[in-house]
Amino acid sequence: MRRFTFYILLFVVAFYCLGPLLWQFITSLKLGAELTRLPPILPDAPTVENYISIFKAYPFLRVIINSFVVAVSTTVLSLVLGSLAAFALAKLDVGRKGLILAFVLSASMFPPIATVSPLYIIITALELRNTLTALIITYTTFSLPLTIWVLTSFFRKIPNEIYLAARVDGCTVFQSFYKIILPLSAPGLFATAILVFIFSWNEFLFALTFTATIKSRTIPVEIALFPGIHEVPWGDIAAASVVVTIPLIILVFALQRRIIEGLTVGAVKG
Amino acid sequence: MSRRPHVLFLAPAMAVLAAVTIYPIIYVLWLSLHRRLLIFNISKFTGLDNYGFLLRDDRFWNAFYNTAYFTVLSVSLELVLGIAIAVLLDRAFKGKGTMRSIVLIPWAIPTVVSAKMWEWMYNSDFGILNYLLGANINWLGSPIWAINAAVFMDVWKTTPFVALLVMAGLEIIPRDLYNSAKVDGASRWYIFTRITLPLLKPVILIVLIFRTLDAFRVFDAIYVLTGGGPANTTETLSIYAYNMLFQTLQFGYGSTISVTVFFCVGIITILYVRLLRREIE
Repeated sequence: MRRFTFYILLFVVAFYCLGPLLWQFITSLKLGAELTRLPPILPDAPTVENYISIFKAYPFLRVIINSFVVAVSTTVLSLVLGSLAAFALAKLDVGRKGLILAFVLSASMFPPIATVSPLYIIITALELRNTLTALIITYTTFSLPLTIWVLTSFFRKIPNEIYLAARVDGCTVFQSFYKIILPLSAPGLFATAILVFIFSWNEFLFALTFTATIKSRTIPVEIALFPGIHEVPWGDIAAASVVVTIPLIILVFALQRRIIEGLTVGAVKG
Repeated sequence: MSRRPHVLFLAPAMAVLAAVTIYPIIYVLWLSLHRRLLIFNISKFTGLDNYGFLLRDDRFWNAFYNTAYFTVLSVSLELVLGIAIAVLLDRAFKGKGTMRSIVLIPWAIPTVVSAKMWEWMYNSDFGILNYLLGANINWLGSPIWAINAAVFMDVWKTTPFVALLVMAGLEIIPRDLYNSAKVDGASRWYIFTRITLPLLKPVILIVLIFRTLDAFRVFDAIYVLTGGGPANTTETLSIYAYNMLFQTLQFGYGSTISVTVFFCVGIITILYVRLLRREIE
């Protein structure tokens, strides 16, 4: 292919991927009448009014903190539980590994809608409605299959000799796990952590079902339910979208390689 | 050495998985055999009555059809577009890393945000899409357009996933194969259809499994974009189940619809895994 055509095509792909976000950004700089006027595409008087409004008129900071707490706790919990399980599956002598991995994989196929009604009843019974705990527990479970799957394949890459040498040198099983295996597979842990974080940051169905108060509301629910008194507040929604997307864009640009690694290991091994 | 301490490493994860997936699945099967109204505290065992009703429920079949239409159309478009992007990016060029990050962005954006973004772009009065196309299409308000509008949005959001996995698949193909084909004078198209595609088949099948399952379970994208309207033309099985469960609070019948989604997903998985096994052998 000629160079010129190639770069044109690259530009088309980039524009296709970024276009909608770009439009959301432009919208976020417009107010009132400008929102409902086309042309011009660009605002005559760009303003950050919408960005101020989402933090003043809505409890948006609270919602961001909630999402952050949920995403970080979920990531830590699933990494702890998942790495222990993956270590056993990759390096230890446990029976029926194939069966366990098959079970883990099939758990990842469960449609969330199929478990939402019983979980709602259970969570209500445990008086966990409107708590972040309910979300953290549910998200941890839904990200465990991916975590176990990806980490098992990363741990397997570490030669058995290294693990055995540590054991011969007098490490207990657990010591060899956290002193040898964990540090050696830092990239894998990292890749998994990003995937789990993004999943928890973005989840909607369970968050919508389990939380009804501002004290436990997360970003996706807040944006979906953005209240409009007379009309939909498109400027505010756009500003909120931009704010919650920025951390994800930073993650994607900084850690693109790790994310792709995690995604492909997770999928191709499946 | 005894195996007991080793099992202890596995136990916590398995316990959590069992408590929050296996137990609810059994529970939902049990619920689906009941007439249960949450507000009035009514719960009565009715056997397979809900399933009998399901078969005669037009709204269920409508949702089933919508889900199938959405799944087939969006997954096919994503596959074609994803492979095209992967092939385009499968070469050395300056800024490849940046380009891969750009392609990842739609995948990383929260589904709810993407639905709100598209809802705004689809706006029939002051949406950018109608303006750029010079058209006057009522994207989300017309029964013919709405489901397709949802498909386009999904294609935008998930094509990157397909493209990235296919790219990983392309990297494994030995370059020598291409070179020797070129020496033999094969055309680009010939190389693509006779060498690249057949070697990509396992990767494509895996991508298909993931995408089909995700598309079949679709909830948030469409729920936020259209809420299932207009006139239920975009109501998928997950949305119908959700509305039954949490709007009309019919936990029995709502669970019956959820169970149906569960079994459909199971059947799709088994069919694909069979295909994949045959492919690998």
